[in-house]
Amino acid sequence: MIPGAFDYHLPSSLPDACRLLADLGDDARVVAGGHSLIPMMKLRMALPEHLIDLRAIAELKGITIAGGKVTIGAMTTQTEVIASDELAHVCPILRETSLQIADPQIRNLGTIGGNVANGDPGNDMPALMQALSATYYVQGAAGTRDIKARDFYEAAFYTALNDDEILTVISFEAPPAGHGFSYQKQKRKIGDYATAAAAVLLTMDGGACKTASIALTNVGDTPLFAEAAGQALVGSTVDKAAIDAAVQAAEAITSPAEDGRGPAAFRTKVAGVMVRRAIEEARTRAGGGEV
Amino acid sequence: MAKMHVQMTVNGEAVEALAEPRTLLIHFLREQQNLTGPHIGCDTGHCGACTVDMNGKSVKSCMVFVAQANGAEVTTIEGITQPDGTMHALQEAFREHHGLQCGYCTPGMITRAYRLLQENPSPSEEDIRYGISGNLCRCTGYQNLVKAIQAAATELSAAKEAAE
Repeated sequence: MIPGAFDYHLPSSLPDACRLLADLGDDARVVAGGHSLIPMMKLRMALPEHLIDLRAIAELKGITIAGGKVTIGAMTTQTEVIASDELAHVCPILRETSLQIADPQIRNLGTIGGNVANGDPGNDMPALMQALSATYYVQGAAGTRDIKARDFYEAAFYTALNDDEILTVISFEAPPAGHGFSYQKQKRKIGDYATAAAAVLLTMDGGACKTASIALTNVGDTPLFAEAAGQALVGSTVDKAAIDAAVQAAEAITSPAEDGRGPAAFRTKVAGVMVRRAIEEARTRAGGGEV
Repeated sequence: MAKMHVQMTVNGEAVEALAEPRTLLIHFLREQQNLTGPHIGCDTGHCGACTVDMNGKSVKSCMVFVAQANGAEVTTIEGITQPDGTMHALQEAFREHHGLQCGYCTPGMITRAYRLLQENPSPSEEDIRYGISGNLCRCTGYQNLVKAIQAAATELSAAKEAAE
């Protein structure tokens, strides 16, 4: 499959990239790892006349952890996310999630920025970023602004990102030491998108759940922050009754499409199962013992 | 569209060519460099038959534009064979352990395993299966692939120890 022809641009700074994007307008697309865009270009569902490659912009790369705050440059690859021991120490759910994305070759080029910015409901990082209450920093010709991950996704492939903006940085507060976490993903095979997946982060204090945050992947047009599901756990010992309530609250907000991964009702149930498993594992990891 | 000037190092040799930016790296290698070792399988980034090494990492060359590979260091299966034509330990092991049947996935599989063994010189069976999860084989059932990669890992580690 041969994609449509385009002019290739390799800016070496963020202002240059923003200027190009503003000047070239709707005919231009930025490319990070390209593993979502290039397949679309091969199918000619995307036909940009200009491709702006972000790979030479050093300031878009790297992971910084300082003062309890994690900052990840948009062009950081999934392989680099996995390789960072410092990141795995303060926020292990990132590595756990990245390891469940695609396969080694794809992770070598696929970036965290592309994963969150593309707006594909099948991508895994957006729900995780919602669970972590992450903030995305974006830059355009008009300047910079920040958007909460929980406000970013509008519909499948539609986000709060304007056409002339580039998502540059992802940032979030590291969860407190000793927190419980789990990313549970059911997929038919390695490389497939989730039938359903759930991210859970929680903290326990004296046997009771102090905070809980739950988000879902690929069971709606957008990633879903399951606020009521998290609230169902807070104050409980995360016993069976509380987990049942959380699962029910999570299932209630899903609206999956029927596709090769199964009928809608099945995928809703799988989402519930993923939420249950993720809560149970997070509880155990937070020192709350087996349910 | 205008062609661009492309420079890269392929199997240790400097290569210069004109190519349209939209040329996929696999097409550039196969059609302009006559390196037909890496195969085109699915053409959708799933099967891994087109796997090459780019800047020290395994990539699927059907999912990379030549423009993105400009300036890169690329190794294909042709570059894994010793310059005198002697087969690499992985190639020997694939033959010895019947790690292929039709052979279509083999160049990508060996190129991926080549990098895997540099990232992890003594992988467990699970490490190998996870490490080659981006490469599909529809013949072997993977058993003999895993055995071949394990055997090559042992062979390469022994050779390295002997050299030290």
